[in-house]
Amino acid sequence: MPSRVTPILLVVPLTLYMLAFYALPVASMLLRSIADPSWTVENYLRLAHDSVFLAVSWNTLRTALVVTLGTLLLGYPVALALSRLRHGAAAVVLAIVLLPFWTSVLVRSYAWMVLLGRRGLINELLLSAGLIDSPLRLLNTPLAVHVAMIHILLPYMILPIASVLRQIDRALLRAAAGLGASPRRVFSQVVLPLSVPGVVAGILLVFVLSLGFYITPALVGGPRDLMLSMLIAQQVDLLNWPYAACLSVALLAMTLLLILVLQRLPAVRAVLRAATQ
Amino acid sequence: MIGRSVFAVYWLMALVFLAFPIVIVAALSFSSASYLTFPPPAFGVRWYRAFLGSREWLDSTWLSIAVAGSVVVVATSLGTLAALGLRHLTGAVRAAIGALILSPLIVPGIVVAIGIYYVFAAYRLVGTALGLVLAHTCLAVPFVVTSVSVSLAGLDRRLEQAALSLGATPSATFRQITLPLILPGILVGALFAFVTSFDELIVTLFLSGSGAVTLPRRMWDDLRFAIDPTIAAVSTLMIVLSAVLLLGAHVLRQRQATAQHKV
Amino acid sequence: MDPGLNLRLSSWPALRRPSVVAPVSGDARRAVGGDKTRGASVALCGIEKHYDSVGAVRGVSLDVRSGEFLTLLGPSGSGKTTTLMMIAGFETPNAGDIAIDGSSVLALPPYKRNIGMVFQNYALFPHLTAADNIGFPLKQRGIDRATRTRLVAASLERVHLSGYERRYPRQLSGGQQQRVALARAIVFHPRLLLMDEPLGALDKQLRENLQLEMRRLHADLGITFIYVTHDQEEALTMSDRVAVMNEGVVVQVGTPEDLYDRPCNRFVAAFIGESNFLSAVVRGIERNMLILDCAGTTIRAMALQTPTAGEGVTLAIRPERLRFADGTASMAENRIAITVTDMVFAGDCCRYLCHTDSGASLVLKQPSGSTGRRRHPGERADILWPAGDAVIV
Repeated sequence: MPSRVTPILLVVPLTLYMLAFYALPVASMLLRSIADPSWTVENYLRLAHDSVFLAVSWNTLRTALVVTLGTLLLGYPVALALSRLRHGAAAVVLAIVLLPFWTSVLVRSYAWMVLLGRRGLINELLLSAGLIDSPLRLLNTPLAVHVAMIHILLPYMILPIASVLRQIDRALLRAAAGLGASPRRVFSQVVLPLSVPGVVAGILLVFVLSLGFYITPALVGGPRDLMLSMLIAQQVDLLNWPYAACLSVALLAMTLLLILVLQRLPAVRAVLRAATQ
Repeated sequence: MIGRSVFAVYWLMALVFLAFPIVIVAALSFSSASYLTFPPPAFGVRWYRAFLGSREWLDSTWLSIAVAGSVVVVATSLGTLAALGLRHLTGAVRAAIGALILSPLIVPGIVVAIGIYYVFAAYRLVGTALGLVLAHTCLAVPFVVTSVSVSLAGLDRRLEQAALSLGATPSATFRQITLPLILPGILVGALFAFVTSFDELIVTLFLSGSGAVTLPRRMWDDLRFAIDPTIAAVSTLMIVLSAVLLLGAHVLRQRQATAQHKV
Repeated sequence: MDPGLNLRLSSWPALRRPSVVAPVSGDARRAVGGDKTRGASVALCGIEKHYDSVGAVRGVSLDVRSGEFLTLLGPSGSGKTTTLMMIAGFETPNAGDIAIDGSSVLALPPYKRNIGMVFQNYALFPHLTAADNIGFPLKQRGIDRATRTRLVAASLERVHLSGYERRYPRQLSGGQQQRVALARAIVFHPRLLLMDEPLGALDKQLRENLQLEMRRLHADLGITFIYVTHDQEEALTMSDRVAVMNEGVVVQVGTPEDLYDRPCNRFVAAFIGESNFLSAVVRGIERNMLILDCAGTTIRAMALQTPTAGEGVTLAIRPERLRFADGTASMAENRIAITVTDMVFAGDCCRYLCHTDSGASLVLKQPSGSTGRRRHPGERADILWPAGDAVIV
């Protein structure tokens, strides 16, 4: 039998490590927002009238919302198909979903730069089809940010929904059909309600991750489409630590607020499992 | 059955959307042109040669591998120990330590990055491989702990009890029963740790300075100036690496399922 | 079914080696000489284990005799598995003491108790072959590889699984896994074997065969068996004595016959076998028999307890002890008028569902081959039973 002391001893090294190299650094940085140079909440009071902060926050939230909606519309059908396919076909689809999931965000953002550039594939196609006369400005627009982020976050929507859909008892669907429900009704009355936990988990995951996105908007977005994380990085470059810390607290608060809801959902654990396995 | 075929077309389009950009990058990396053009005038391995002939690219690649390798060692050992301990902890202690360990999964990358940068700068860890290893380990640890914890949760406790009842000491039980049965989970965690470090960019942007330019950092720098197809070649290699690791994780998962097959 | 479980260890010369004297008990060495191993005696003294959920144990005292086959029988959540886990050392009692051969084992960790254990679903190590599973306890005791190989081969031969050395547990059938688990639990000569529902996962036919094998094994080894099950039939078939548990306490301990014929309360009467229950009022005692009034009919019953006159009691009677009156009633039999409600043919018997005039329902089992006439639903009849077969519970 494990004694009471051993488990504690086992977690101590990692706990100390995380405190020393992660938690305390982040906390001390965040403290700059209220302790520079003396204790004050002035930085936060100023945020309320800070037009840059408000505009960037709005842009961040709007982007997160658009991306979440986009991934849901594209992701749900894929998840549904994934749950209905036979073993071999399902494995192929799963591989197509997981490969981008495992590919670096940087590589995937670069792919979109290639596709959306002035002389990128899409412009070349449109030009040669005669639909346009001169290349469209696609890269460095909000649209580019949205499309690339939807592409990158799509697996995070598909996996939780698929994991919930896969758990639906097949007999239930047959029973519903046996009771005279049309396929459409079986979907709307049985499948859809049962998949809600997965959908909610997917929505919150994508939303939370969108809020903190940095690499993709920095590469494919325009200079005026700042996200909160980009503004923070900018302020650090300007060595404006109190302001950067203040913005970090704001971003963290938004995220944690969503996480509080997220943590209550059992489906989220299934997501973590899907992500690690 | 029009509804069904519309549905099929729709989700197949979504799959194409997922796969297309990656396929394009891979195709482009074999272009013979010196600039990104579609379709490529001819195919060749020119850009792979360019990559392999570049001192800078190769140095960055080796640095990334060295950093990720070190992260694997540190994160996997610390994470596995912690998962073994967490298994026996309950209540507030478990909740608090679990939250600390898993929080890098949800705290926005930029916040982690500037927090670590803020402190590491003071200790002259910026621009060093050591700084990167220390920071990347924090980001990799949650994956190791989660993966090993999942393995442990799937482990039938009666197996360990059986070993004890047959006269094995707790340490013999751990070595002969527990460890072999959760090994696939540990290895999957190690794979994740490797990928996490190898692909990491946000923290790296702040920490790498000019002295520790990893592969993603060099790609980032290049992308901001010019898109030359060397990056396509590097990207393709990274995609292949992802695919190999994904396959590895899949095989390990199968082995875990077989090893923990409930008899 | 092969007679495969004869795992007598008498012909294993390896165990005579001085190098293995220390890990193998003196009694086991006597077994090598041809004698049976003397089983350990186990004394549970007021043990308690508190849980928030089900399975708590609330003061169990029980003496298990040396060499006995004792079964802990009870519904799920009655605390029987918890009790077993405390004997094995996986749970520590909150109160009370557990002694094996007279000395307390509470301070000993499980791996020092030298108790064999067969787990529910066997707990075979999935990453080890059958041979390595059985060799595991020998390896822990420092027995060298060559000896181990020989011992394992011999024990596999004895469970008729020769040739299965290299099989992994998942490549074995349920019954084969069960036998590997059993071989593993006794290969190191424990003097006490604990079994936690070891046959629960097997189908009925295989289970019945293995029950008999297990009895034979017990007789051959001579060690003490403590067996946990929720299956009353299994308990009655195999055990020397059965301890019936309910809600964390031992309700009754006795031989299978004791429990069946003289259940001490309604729980035991209903849990073991099938019982009819009749309410009655005590009139008096006459020559060791109670005189009772059952809805106006005077009946007699065994006076195991001594209720006072006027007290209301419940009477338990087994369905197969009831019979329809056919004119040959003796004075020692009780008689009660009923109406047949339903009749079910159940192969070896006919089950009649009846109700008395006061509305109590009764089940009567009539053997299929009996000469008695079949009754039909709606028919009125008199039911008889020997006064000695009814007990107050």
